[in-house]
Amino acid sequence: MTAQEFSPSVAEVAARQPAEHRRAPLWQRPFTWLIVLAGLVFAFLPAWSDNVQLRESLSLAAVYITLASSLNIMLGFSGYVNFGNIVFFGLGGYICVYLVSEWLWPLAAAALAAGVAVSVLALIFGLGILRLRGAFFALATIGVNQAVKAFVSNFEPWGGATGIYLSLDVYDPLGGPAQALWIVYFLIVAVMTASLFLSYVIKSSKFGLGLLAIGENEDAAAVLGVHTPLYKALAYSASAFLPAIVGGLFFFKSGIIEPAGAFDLTVSIEAIVMVMLGGLGTVTGAALGAFLYEELRGVLLTTEAFSHFQLVIAGVLLLAIVRFAPGGLMGLIYRRWPRMRRLLE
Amino acid sequence: MTIPRLMLIAAAALATCSHTCAADDTLTIGFTVSRTGKLNTESTAQMRGFELWRDEVNVRGGIAAGDKRYKVSFVSYDDESAHPRVQQLYTRIINQDKAQFLFSPYSSGLVATAAIVSEQHGRIMLTTGAAEEKTYKLGNKNLFQVYSSADLYLAGAIQVVKELYSKAEPALVYKDDPLSKAVLQSARKQVAEAGLRTALDEAYSPETTDFGPIINKVISAKADVLLGGGHYSDGATLARQLHDHGARLKWVTLLVAPDSPNFATLGDAAVGISVPSQWEPQVSFKPDFGPTAAEFTQRFQAEYAIEPGYHAAAGYAAGLLLQHAIEEAGTLDQIKVADVLNKMDVTTMFGRTKFSTNPREHGLQIGHEMVLAQWQKKDGKLVKEVIWPKAAKTADILY
Amino acid sequence: MIGLIASLIDGVLVGAVYGLAAMGLTLIWGVMNVINLTHGAMIVLGMFALYFSASALGLPPYGAVPVTIVIGFAVGVMVYWIAVHRVIGRPHLMSLLSTFAMNMVLIGLGTAVFSTSPYNVPVALPGIAWRGYTFTGTHVVAAALALLIAGLLYLLLHRTRIGKAIRAVAANREAAELNGIPTTQVLSFAFGLGVALAAVSGALIATLFPFNVLSGGAYELKSFVVTVLGAMGNPAGALMGGVALGLIEGAATPFMPVSWTPVIEFVLFVAVLISFPRGLFAFTRS
Repeated sequence: MTAQEFSPSVAEVAARQPAEHRRAPLWQRPFTWLIVLAGLVFAFLPAWSDNVQLRESLSLAAVYITLASSLNIMLGFSGYVNFGNIVFFGLGGYICVYLVSEWLWPLAAAALAAGVAVSVLALIFGLGILRLRGAFFALATIGVNQAVKAFVSNFEPWGGATGIYLSLDVYDPLGGPAQALWIVYFLIVAVMTASLFLSYVIKSSKFGLGLLAIGENEDAAAVLGVHTPLYKALAYSASAFLPAIVGGLFFFKSGIIEPAGAFDLTVSIEAIVMVMLGGLGTVTGAALGAFLYEELRGVLLTTEAFSHFQLVIAGVLLLAIVRFAPGGLMGLIYRRWPRMRRLLE
Repeated sequence: MTIPRLMLIAAAALATCSHTCAADDTLTIGFTVSRTGKLNTESTAQMRGFELWRDEVNVRGGIAAGDKRYKVSFVSYDDESAHPRVQQLYTRIINQDKAQFLFSPYSSGLVATAAIVSEQHGRIMLTTGAAEEKTYKLGNKNLFQVYSSADLYLAGAIQVVKELYSKAEPALVYKDDPLSKAVLQSARKQVAEAGLRTALDEAYSPETTDFGPIINKVISAKADVLLGGGHYSDGATLARQLHDHGARLKWVTLLVAPDSPNFATLGDAAVGISVPSQWEPQVSFKPDFGPTAAEFTQRFQAEYAIEPGYHAAAGYAAGLLLQHAIEEAGTLDQIKVADVLNKMDVTTMFGRTKFSTNPREHGLQIGHEMVLAQWQKKDGKLVKEVIWPKAAKTADILY
Repeated sequence: MIGLIASLIDGVLVGAVYGLAAMGLTLIWGVMNVINLTHGAMIVLGMFALYFSASALGLPPYGAVPVTIVIGFAVGVMVYWIAVHRVIGRPHLMSLLSTFAMNMVLIGLGTAVFSTSPYNVPVALPGIAWRGYTFTGTHVVAAALALLIAGLLYLLLHRTRIGKAIRAVAANREAAELNGIPTTQVLSFAFGLGVALAAVSGALIATLFPFNVLSGGAYELKSFVVTVLGAMGNPAGALMGGVALGLIEGAATPFMPVSWTPVIEFVLFVAVLISFPRGLFAFTRS
């Protein structure tokens, strides 16, 4: 499996960076402020108009953006397809919910602990399965997700197949359900912003360059001195951290977590679709793709005529992307307005 | 080139949002239905119960609250038998569609999920299709359970087994899901209290389609009675495979599945199998308001061309109960309606209904009782008869 | 002890059908290096094909099996041209996503048409009783048919010209092209064949248990496990992998709650992938 395992845009991405940009400190770059702006918009738009429906909708979008941009670290930069990426989300959810309901930890601490625990696990697991290349790695990630799901379904302290139900008084330390939901929302937006930032920072760093090189040609990268096993494992671990935290927040907000919903392979694949839709390897792309896909899904879900066809439309969309626009939306945008490349990532 | 362009345009045009505003004399009730997914059969039946009630109420001019009459309008979505959908959709139903009252999805698991949202937003929800008690023990204020709760499910069957086979060794084989686990938790205690030895006690994953391995275990354990099951799809499969494997059990009681009229398609495999039922068409309660069971059955059959099972009956009853509460309260105000529901102790075609007001288990159904029904062959055709309790039975027990 | 033996035998019977299901997957993988993620949908296709042939055409259930093969083949070729043709040779991600997208479309259409209500094909066959346990007639026949079809596949691959062409293309597509073999036609034939195998395994499974539009997913995952246990690319290995999986399941179930079986399956899957990426029965590609 030495052939290139990535989409053409990865090579383009690496070549695209003008030298000046890489040397300017982060806070001087316009893209950093774009990310901050996005975060602020997400935070203030529903709050200012006290619009709960908008908050819920944006909340889901923020979760998906986190998943997609974290997935991008592995998929977009190093070209490794993590089909089972949802396992981080689910495990993070379980750990956080368990800590809050059984050990009565405060939410922020529990979510953070979940993030750390899952990243460490990912590092260990990663060292094992990252020996595999291409399709084998993809299959192995499915296996990992299914194994964890099956194990959790049997694990009684975590409720087995029934899962954990949070009793309504967990919202009391946060000021009751209504206020708690707002607090959780702001936390989710913060995590989303962090994930975009993390993705951007990695991309502009030496580490990121190494990942891109691995994506281009792993053996050549190794020969040239890139410490490939370590880099891959770190990327895998990094791509686990924020999804785990956002999983903890999401399931705390939902009040219930159970195996089928926490380790849903379909959502995992949808994250990949989002990255592809937006544009593999680009930070904006992952965010844009996630946002648009989630909006599309929401519309399809509730429009009577289309609710049965949601899967069909999503599938056709994916086919169209793969067939006609593998660079995703960003690919199309860059082709039409090449100057956007300097501004967006 | 046109396709990528179209895609760009399509992507840019993607911010649609539709919402319905409740008209002044319309009462909006929201709920989700499992139109797709594993719970499709039972959920559709439940929805039909809701719809029959709504159509009848609207024909008569709507619900009378104070001096206004409100026509009932439903807002419903497909939850695909999936938890995340339920949450999203109920949030939407409450915030965007502005439903004033809620019915629940079908199945204890999904109802638990919906309850979190309804409680977070402080809306009344009548739950049907949800027997598990845990949901009501989490500190709710606005849930009202229509079904009898899970701990009563197998009590009848265990009593019958004890009478017929005093030395029976039951195998407890059940689905690993909220309802079945809750039922079997109580059943275990009831079996022990009846002095019977449990031969096998095992849960199977909801994804199971091949019951061969577990049936072999039942045979190895030399069990002669089987209690358990889950919902329709797994229950029907289990029944069929028990028959194919010649398990030679003296008594089989399965949850939920045998109550659906579809169960008759199993042919010989269905004979003798019993099911704890929330309601059967043959029951003869004298209702305080609304139609009798026979009248309901007749109307349902006229509308849908099949006999109603208890899922449909409960759906219809939920509508009746809500209507009665609103009419008694004279207003749509949540607090006043909840007050009436809390004080309610009535009988409808579904049976007696009384909700617990103990804050630790608010809304739990404490008035309703269950019956045990069994499939028997009459003149070569399969029919479902009520065999227990003795006061309600329509046929002798087949064993 | 007897319980264990009965369990193992049952495992082998069901395992043969798993093996048949995986054979289609592994054939396509071996010939064109594509992991067919429509595999699950194709299994479901076979299930419904059997159901409708039996009910609408009034064919006896097993008589409908050849019909399923034909339908599976036709659909396979169609899927090839829609979703696979352009992505062969391109990075794996593309073919994975392309076939997955096709899968979503097919399952979505299936759900819209059939909803997810369960369907059942009642087959009344006497079972073989042994010491209190019964091996259902349907299991025995399904296993026998699975072996028969596997045998036919072997004959096709090794004794016919098209089979030779398939093996040539699998070994080296360019060389085959240079030798005058119309490789694209051969690839589409092979894909159709792989899908036909998936469909017929679905038909056999339909005689064993009720099914619905979403049933394919579980068997697709089992097929992955089997493919990895067998050899990736070798149909004979797939059959052996299927039996191996059936044996593992049969050996485990008497001793632990049945719900632990998937845990063992998937842990094994990952372990074997890491240690033997080419599969346990790694013969050279046929």
